[in-house]
Amino acid sequence: MSGLIEGRAAGRQTSQGWLWGLAGALVVLFGLALLAGRYPTPGLMSLSQLNGDELAMRLFLNLRLPRLLTAMLLGMSLASAGLVFQMLFNNPLIEPGFLGVSQGAAFGAAFCIVFLGSNALAVQGVAAVFALVGLMLSYLLARRIRYGGWVLRLVLAGIAVSALFSSGLGVLKYLADPLTQLPEITFWLLGGLSGIVWARFLSILPAVWIGLSVLFLFRWRLNILALSDEAAFSLGTTPRRERLLLLTMAVLATAAVVSVAGMVGWVGLIVPHLARRMFGADARLALPAAMLLGGGFSILCDTLARTLLSGEIPLGILTAFFGAATFVILMTSRGFRLER
Amino acid sequence: MNTSILVFDAVSFHYPTNHKQVLEGLTLSLPQGAVSAILGPNGAGKTTLLHLALGWLKPQSGRILLHGRPLESYARRELGRQFGLVPQNEQISFEYTLLEYVLLGRAPYLSPLQMPTAQDCHLALHALEQVGLAEQANRSILKLSGGERQLVLLARALVQQPGLILMDEPTAHLDLGNKRRLLDILHILLSKGISVVLTTHEPDFAAAIASYLVLINDGRVFEAGTLAEVFTSDKITSLYRTSVKIIDVDGRKLVNWTAA
Repeated sequence: MSGLIEGRAAGRQTSQGWLWGLAGALVVLFGLALLAGRYPTPGLMSLSQLNGDELAMRLFLNLRLPRLLTAMLLGMSLASAGLVFQMLFNNPLIEPGFLGVSQGAAFGAAFCIVFLGSNALAVQGVAAVFALVGLMLSYLLARRIRYGGWVLRLVLAGIAVSALFSSGLGVLKYLADPLTQLPEITFWLLGGLSGIVWARFLSILPAVWIGLSVLFLFRWRLNILALSDEAAFSLGTTPRRERLLLLTMAVLATAAVVSVAGMVGWVGLIVPHLARRMFGADARLALPAAMLLGGGFSILCDTLARTLLSGEIPLGILTAFFGAATFVILMTSRGFRLER
Repeated sequence: MNTSILVFDAVSFHYPTNHKQVLEGLTLSLPQGAVSAILGPNGAGKTTLLHLALGWLKPQSGRILLHGRPLESYARRELGRQFGLVPQNEQISFEYTLLEYVLLGRAPYLSPLQMPTAQDCHLALHALEQVGLAEQANRSILKLSGGERQLVLLARALVQQPGLILMDEPTAHLDLGNKRRLLDILHILLSKGISVVLTTHEPDFAAAIASYLVLINDGRVFEAGTLAEVFTSDKITSLYRTSVKIIDVDGRKLVNWTAA
């Protein structure tokens, strides 16, 4: 038996080693993405070019750096929120789009553009507020639904609330000025990070930091909260209260990043799958892995979004394309898993 | 019979979404250090009774005492160390290894932010060894048969080091070999002084291990007492409303339910 424990400990260490490797890869990717762009010429900028060109330096420090940091937070938040949602609802096929979060944010953004003007900070704030409203409405409605267990009730409530916001969004699009407001709503719905400057990055940092830190600290506990109500209760937890805390943290981080980046789909669905395939289901490793992989995935997509064509490609289109492709490959391939 | 571990005192319960009483004025006292089996037809309220014992459901009236203390006077984590639950079937959607899954049983000994230690890992492996699955500790739980999964759930309850294990239909997915294994494990638990309360649809299994039987029907205790007192042809016949005969084979009581 001691052999088994040693083998097990060695396995964990190997997995942790892979996790550090992943973190290293993310740093390298981040560095390369910083140097990639279309100025002064399309491709990678050399360090000497950067040092000799004041405009390049300003571009590097004031545009690319905050944008890439935001891209990283975006991927980390969506991926960890996706993992948390999948675990807490014991359903590997859902993402934060459930519980009215994404549709709430989209409705909020459109509402702000149509009625309150398109000031970026205002759009961001109203989107975040409506994302939380979406979650709260879903939660309150779930308490009143008289059919099914708690998880099913929450999902049903989420579907209803999402549909409500989605129809509201349709009305707003219909009301919007087709020349000024409608294109803005459409662009926001497609998602992108082109307008990110330091102030915007800093405005979402506290919410994302708090949300992700709490999720990270609770990562082993997540495994227990993924069990049925009675089982989680029998293991000495207060499942409903703790789940609500973790869901709120996941939504907080998601609402913050969605409010600056618009609708960026598929990251929350696909990255947790990838993380679990590589590191196993235990969230002690799967959650940090999802954060690292999510950060890398959205840095990669955003870099392609701003370098592939001379004009910017909406980020949401790229994440959907790569996300859906990866999803098909994952779902049809035999499971791959790192040596553990 | 020795002292009681769990007492139900005039407990009535209905689910909030349905006003039909599931349990009505149920009074019951389960002995310590023994296996108590709860028998009853489908829908009699057996699982509800277990969930009430666990503290997960709260009765609308009446009291439930554990070691003579009201259930609600225990802190959450303290209760997690008193009880282990083996649910009838647990939906598992992710590829945990057996060890990772059994390790979850250590939660009542850890604060919400604490990670399990090597010592916890050791205990989890020991529990897997007790149910005969230690060699497969690193295997995916999704690759197990229903019966083996049931044994993993038992191992998770064992790792809680509880004084009382609640089992909901433990034999439901077990073949004869695994049923035999479960019987052996229950004997080991008894020898360690752990009490067990189980619900079952198999009177034979109950008769093979339980020393105390509770027959419930329509949310009331129909009959409760030692095996010799309760496990009779008359009582089992009226419980299930079908004619059965209890026969004695090599000193073991078996139910013959196919006889006309």
